[in-house]
Amino acid sequence: MAEESSSRWKSLGPLIMEIKFTFKRIRQSPLSIIGMSIIFFYAVIAILAPVLAPPQPGRDPYIMPCYGVSPMPSPPSEKAIWGTTEGQYDIYYGCIWGVRTAFRTGILTTIGTLIIGIIIGSIAGYYGGKIDEIIMRITDMFYAIPTIVLAMAIVVLLGVGLDNVIKAMIIVGWPTYARLMRAEVMRIKNEDYIEAARAIGCSNLRIIAKHVLPNAIYPVIIMASMNIGNVVLAASALSFLGLGSPAGYADWGAMISLSRNWILGLPGNPLAFWYTYTIPGLFIFTFVLGWNLLGDAFRDMLDPLVRRR
Amino acid sequence: MRLRAYIVRRLFMLPVIMFGVSLIIFAIMQCFTPAQRAVAYVQSREEMLNINEIIKRYHLDEPPIIQYLYWINSILHGNLGYSISANMPVSQALMTYFPATLELVFLAIPLTLILGITFGILAAVYRDSLIDHIVRFFSISAWSLPTFWSAIVLLAFFYGVLGMFPPGRLSPQIFLSLSISGFKKYTGMYIIDGILNGRLDVSLDALNHVILPSLNLAILSSALPMRIMRSSMLEVLGKEYITAARAKGLSKWMVIWKHAVKNAFIPMITVAGIMIANLITGVVITETVFDYPGLGRFAAGAATSLDMAGILGFALFASTVYAVMNLIVDILYALIDPRIKY
Repeated sequence: MAEESSSRWKSLGPLIMEIKFTFKRIRQSPLSIIGMSIIFFYAVIAILAPVLAPPQPGRDPYIMPCYGVSPMPSPPSEKAIWGTTEGQYDIYYGCIWGVRTAFRTGILTTIGTLIIGIIIGSIAGYYGGKIDEIIMRITDMFYAIPTIVLAMAIVVLLGVGLDNVIKAMIIVGWPTYARLMRAEVMRIKNEDYIEAARAIGCSNLRIIAKHVLPNAIYPVIIMASMNIGNVVLAASALSFLGLGSPAGYADWGAMISLSRNWILGLPGNPLAFWYTYTIPGLFIFTFVLGWNLLGDAFRDMLDPLVRRR
Repeated sequence: MRLRAYIVRRLFMLPVIMFGVSLIIFAIMQCFTPAQRAVAYVQSREEMLNINEIIKRYHLDEPPIIQYLYWINSILHGNLGYSISANMPVSQALMTYFPATLELVFLAIPLTLILGITFGILAAVYRDSLIDHIVRFFSISAWSLPTFWSAIVLLAFFYGVLGMFPPGRLSPQIFLSLSISGFKKYTGMYIIDGILNGRLDVSLDALNHVILPSLNLAILSSALPMRIMRSSMLEVLGKEYITAARAKGLSKWMVIWKHAVKNAFIPMITVAGIMIANLITGVVITETVFDYPGLGRFAAGAATSLDMAGILGFALFASTVYAVMNLIVDILYALIDPRIKY
């Protein structure tokens, strides 16, 4: 029985096996179930955003509607159920559409860094020698500058804006994945089946694409997906500093930036504007927490000591 | 002897790392046109009109390799350009704002370590108890907290509601009294300078301002050491020499302190690099929220006003600090752990 199931496992291929193992680990850990639920919850909000907070027709849905000209935030009312922030922007609307912004930022950045990291890492790992040496020295250079500082400098170069924040984070983020990919490729390229593929005359490109990548890519993808939370956190910090989304854009970091003048409230009522920073802050916190809780389970999976094998 | 060779070799790595850093920063600068790069050296309106002269003076239209050599040469002579956001040369701005940041960090690092190590040890010793659950929950959630948000919440509560720990660096009346009374700046750090000048009121006032931002930094950055300390203590506590020491009749805390903690420290050093990088990021954001006039606020201001000279100067400076700190950590690591091969 055991033998039969193990041969069935093998026939499924390594990737499916890994995915099954992943879900098993997730099911085993209560914290990662909470993480999964949070992310699922946010995914539903992102999908339902047009229903939950209908945009005004003909307007960019990512621009928060504003209900007046007074700069002072106004408390929750029937029109704006969570109140308005500086410039009378609707907090509820901004938080709901901000979920889409967060997903978009996290996923675009991660895909960008992954593609660059995987390509460069597999070239370095597969070819080795001089190419590897040069690529690794370049990644070393990137490691020598604190990432947020470098990202800030690149945003200054590219110009302020959320898209440029994403580009900057891709430029500073790829070396991590390139290194991991390189290590995986180096481990795999000495396996017998690669030798066999080479012996029957496969081209280098074919070997990399068909035999090395599918076997090496998994840890890199896992690592990248557990990093989505950190990416969103970093992007919100840059938006808070005023380097990301412009004022009025549905972006949690930028929304908190709008509340900066109102932190101390009114004389005699220091918490008068608590909703301007607390609500978007809770959104960032729980979103990132969800990814980090899930990431914790993923980390265990990458740890060779806890892996089955 | 071999240790000394390792340290010397590691010291030689420093210029190599800095060379790499300079290449990246130079590459960023090359993406600008010569005229845009020249603006980084402009100090006045008259100079703005003679932009071509500045391009000539700093060799900004020569081939990149020649430009790089001139650029490195001017950096080594302390000329990092002119920061429009701080309205002074970048090198002067860095010198002006650095002591404030040092003061903040000198307070934040011990706080971070005390919080992280104490709670990490407690969580491991009382595994699966309430304190362990709290520590584990905290270390995951602190990792997910936006620094700027925790800073705002601390500020709103302590300063807004309780009226304690005001933002800024010194109270206005104290600051004014400094210029009148001939207060000497020895270090630029007001807590120390206050003591040296015999002005304890200045020291206390500076401390009163710096506590909240350093607490914010410490709370967030203690999550990582807490986590590492907990897991490495758990590993060490399971070792046979711990059982042996207990069997010998030593008390529980004696064993924990003398035998376990020392060995559990080693993995902490490996994450020191990450902690330093986190601290640099944290400083930029914390100082901005608390309006604390240090390097971080300077960097944030430079970035938002698209002050290229300022932000690149800060990047260069932060990377130098980062490289030197990593060097110190590596040497410490080799000194402390005899198992390291060098």
